[in-house]
Amino acid sequence: MLSRTASELYWMARYLERAENTARMMDVAFTVSMMPNIYVAQEELSAQLKISGCYDLFRSKYEEINTHNVMQFFSLDESNPSSIYNCISSARDNAKSVRGKISSETWEAINVSWIELQAIKQKGKIWEVNAFFDWVKERSHVFRGSVYSTGLRNDAFRFIRLGTFLERAGNTARILDVKNQIVRQDRETESVEYYRWNAVLKSLGAYEAYREIYGDRITPEHVAELLILREEVPRSIRACLEAINDILSGIEGIVGKVPKRLAAVQYARVKYGDSHHIFEETGLHEYLTDCLNRMSAIAESIHVAYMEAV
Amino acid sequence: MDFKYSADGLFDEMFLQEGDCREHYQMYKKWLSDMSSNQFQLKQQEADLLFHRLGITFNVYGEDSGVERLIPFDTVPRIIPGNEWTMVQAGVKQRVSALNHFLYDIYHDKRIIDAGLIPEEQVFANEQYQPCMQGVDLPGNIYTHIAGVDLIKDDKGDYYVLEDNLRTPSGVSYMLENRKMMMRLFPELFSKHSVASIDHYPSLLLKTLKESTSILNPCVVVLTPGRFNSAYFEHAFLAQQMGVELVEGRDLFVKDSYIYMRTTNGPVRVDVIYRRLDDEFLDPLTFNAGSMLGVAGLASVYRDGHVVLANAIGSGVADDKSIYPYVPDMIRFYLDEEPILKNVPTWQCRKPDDLAYALENLEKLVVKEVHGAGGYGMLIGPRASTQEIEKFRIQLINNPSNYIAQPTLSLSSSPTFVNGGLAPRHIDLRPFLLTGKDSYLVPGGLTRVALKEGSLVVNSSQGGGTKDTWVLEEEVC
Repeated sequence: MLSRTASELYWMARYLERAENTARMMDVAFTVSMMPNIYVAQEELSAQLKISGCYDLFRSKYEEINTHNVMQFFSLDESNPSSIYNCISSARDNAKSVRGKISSETWEAINVSWIELQAIKQKGKIWEVNAFFDWVKERSHVFRGSVYSTGLRNDAFRFIRLGTFLERAGNTARILDVKNQIVRQDRETESVEYYRWNAVLKSLGAYEAYREIYGDRITPEHVAELLILREEVPRSIRACLEAINDILSGIEGIVGKVPKRLAAVQYARVKYGDSHHIFEETGLHEYLTDCLNRMSAIAESIHVAYMEAV
Repeated sequence: MDFKYSADGLFDEMFLQEGDCREHYQMYKKWLSDMSSNQFQLKQQEADLLFHRLGITFNVYGEDSGVERLIPFDTVPRIIPGNEWTMVQAGVKQRVSALNHFLYDIYHDKRIIDAGLIPEEQVFANEQYQPCMQGVDLPGNIYTHIAGVDLIKDDKGDYYVLEDNLRTPSGVSYMLENRKMMMRLFPELFSKHSVASIDHYPSLLLKTLKESTSILNPCVVVLTPGRFNSAYFEHAFLAQQMGVELVEGRDLFVKDSYIYMRTTNGPVRVDVIYRRLDDEFLDPLTFNAGSMLGVAGLASVYRDGHVVLANAIGSGVADDKSIYPYVPDMIRFYLDEEPILKNVPTWQCRKPDDLAYALENLEKLVVKEVHGAGGYGMLIGPRASTQEIEKFRIQLINNPSNYIAQPTLSLSSSPTFVNGGLAPRHIDLRPFLLTGKDSYLVPGGLTRVALKEGSLVVNSSQGGGTKDTWVLEEEVC
């Protein structure tokens, strides 16, 4: 496969996953921000800005951190590189460059998202906030479903999936890290803390999984264990790394030794990781920082090996 | 559908002057009379929606980059009877064969110039003439692997060649997508008519490209300028249909006098490039040094015979409007045959007598730029205002050799669905000829239609639309 094609497919999937992650987080943040406790609402909104790394950009454009501004910033604002509008537009640009390498249904799924998004943007702002985020999630499901059910199992498929899982793993790690820091700094009441972890679980679609596995009581240790170490949770870091490791080993050829090795090592670290060890000895923040660095290294090595080939 | 239709003194593809329907449209007319205007409108909307969803669009130059438009699609097919097609086919093959001989000749022995049929300066001073191609031998001596010949009919129904397209003719993807759309919208029509199939075009194209080299199992790619090019959809479509890579210049590089593409498994050698990039952008070392779209060193690899380009570098000189008037002579000279398809009489404004005639008759003539394309920079005398004519007159006097003039041909019309009913609109036809070991003309082509009432400009960049083109297979008794 052409190096450029691999790169376009990979980024197409990353952008779409990013749009979905943003929609999931915003959906929950919107609900939390409606809570009577103004302080919690405010914190929740600024947490979103920190997770996505665009706090400063936001402050340079908007006077106040309030629900309306944050929602606008993350949904349709073209000056925010990770707004849903920009993510879907970029993904569509990538898809257009490689439309011959994805099934026509996958192309159509992305193109229709883009066409509908243009219509939404025409209206200037999103009126039904939750409905908009639901729409983003739904379009993401359509994309993934079409890739899964109509895509040839070849390297195009693998690079698409690589993009999806690397983006997803990074997202899970960042959400956990930022929320954990807020909780630690603020030493909040139990009920506020409960809301926070509840929001994390919901924005990662893991609330029901938590209930199923751990029951009612929400503790930070269990949330972290669920989202880092449990293989059966689809957005856990472990599940993502397992997929990344599998996909990389399925790509034939000799040029990918470095990413293959790095991914296998990191997968083993998480697969045989231990929540007690993470909490008592390493510290959650330190663990997640290390994890994010290692995943960046994997992404970097994928670029070097496959996409910047000479 | 109840329709009032008047061909209005023109040659109409479906109706005779007296209002009777031509034989080969009878079946269609019968079907049409059972359709309501409303049903037809809905089908038309469905087609637009589908084209939009599928992203079958083109980019318009001169507007913001990224502006994508649909080419309007008209759901009334243009039908060509089998015997008429047989003539078109023979005529197109003859013409492109002569043009190919011409290209070989002007880069080798120059016999036609020695014979005094074409003035030397018309060829060698032509911007499209590439001196770097002199003496270069190409596999099979083929220059024009893919050719599109634009045909029109005059008010008597005779075919004329309006122009030859030998550089990177586009439109074949619309030919194929229009057929798919028609079969989806009106499947019942295809059980009533024996319409010749065209969907093997991509496999014929691949066969032609593979035959263009002596290498066994060659690696074929399509080279595109990228997704902002107006015909990008077609480039991606053809690469996908042929199952070959769609590359941009930056994906290719030269090493040890061969061309390679960058892949996820290291460099892979490329043997045949179907390039949708004009000569001047192909290689910054040989042509336009500012081109970011090409591959440095490609031209020299090409001259060494280590890669095939389709079409050949330097083919553009043969489809230039200043060479056009000589094509009938070429056919006689190289093939010793009489031309099957007519040329439109052409005044070459570089000749003083022709210029004088053109200046006297501007209000009757069509004046075109010699190197122009896409319907830009032309004057249609009978449709132009006095100011426009006077403006053109000055341009013509200042730079006569940049223009040719032709009589205003009426162009045949075809019923077209506009404003809830059928009305006559002018059309042309671009069939696509492939030349490899044999030559193939898929039975069909792109019919373009000028959607504005009375307009003669069919180019998509000027508001033209397209129709599905049916060639009827002869009844087998």
